[in-house]
Amino acid sequence: MSNPQLIMYDEEFKQINAVIEKLLREANAKVIFLVDKNGQLITGCGETERFDTTSLASLTAGNIAATGGLAKLIGEKEFSILFHEGEKDNLHISIVAGRVILVVLFDTRSSLGLVRLRVKKASEELSAIFGRLLQKSEEKEKSGDSEFPFAEITDDDIDNLFS
Amino acid sequence: MSFINYASREINCKIVYYGPGLCGKTTNLQFVYQKTAPEAKGKMISLATETERTLFFDFLPLALGEIRGFKTRFHLYTVPGQVFYDASRKLILKGVDGVVFVADSQEERMDANIESVENLRINLAEQGYDLDKIPYVVQYNKRDLPNVVSVEELRRELNPTNVPDFEACATTGEGVFETLKAIAKQILFDLKKGK
Repeated sequence: MSNPQLIMYDEEFKQINAVIEKLLREANAKVIFLVDKNGQLITGCGETERFDTTSLASLTAGNIAATGGLAKLIGEKEFSILFHEGEKDNLHISIVAGRVILVVLFDTRSSLGLVRLRVKKASEELSAIFGRLLQKSEEKEKSGDSEFPFAEITDDDIDNLFS
Repeated sequence: MSFINYASREINCKIVYYGPGLCGKTTNLQFVYQKTAPEAKGKMISLATETERTLFFDFLPLALGEIRGFKTRFHLYTVPGQVFYDASRKLILKGVDGVVFVADSQEERMDANIESVENLRINLAEQGYDLDKIPYVVQYNKRDLPNVVSVEELRRELNPTNVPDFEACATTGEGVFETLKAIAKQILFDLKKGK
């Protein structure tokens, strides 16, 4: 399969949050999200409570998928950066480590140039963390050391979800 | 693929409703949306044309509850059913954990159903998935209409591998939750096996 399952652990989760919080400050951004290419929100910081983050994540991934499809049609591998300009707020969307999407929402207190510059640096840091994360879950899988929470799941557990 | 977050103790899974145009994929999601408690659902998003035909996808996030201390979330997507939206359908299948095929039971839609199942198999294969190996259920929708094909025949044509299948009428909601439950169950059991 093209993308192995994404598994997030505490340690890396903290590191990732530290990177995007720094990016939020340095880029003067309002909100930052990290989204899985499949549309699942990984984490976010800033004024997240003002937004419907789940919908935002799903639409961002749809957006990246659609522009990725466009890119292939013209012979590009992907468009790694998208920028949407609004009247007040703007969105800077970029692909990190080939599989996660970094979304930066900013207004006139920042600028596209500043955001691009800071995103570039943060992307490198995030790539390294996601690289380690992937390695870690592969190692855990190999050694059979999966503390997988669903190993003991029963029919009743699932039925209860729908009751 | 599902996303497991040990830090926030969450598991997210993606379910895609597939099927020919006007078979009732969006109606399935709308019924689930109407009948789910407000705290368990997010906003339903429909990227549709002015005539309410799905253009890109519908999206409905459901947070059903906890299993073993993990919040279990399902993200429900539909694809645009019309033949010429094939490029969009492929994109939506990315990262899918389970597929619901919604068939239109009406006699005149039989060919469209068959074409759509074949299209599903091809598009999944392009993403590296095998329809016979991923969680998969079939729903025979529109059972309330007068000109429907018998379930036996639908089964023969559309469900040769005998996956769980359900009769439904998505407008009244009959069979809708049974279908969702069946696919959710398969996905969670697959997770259990550590696939």
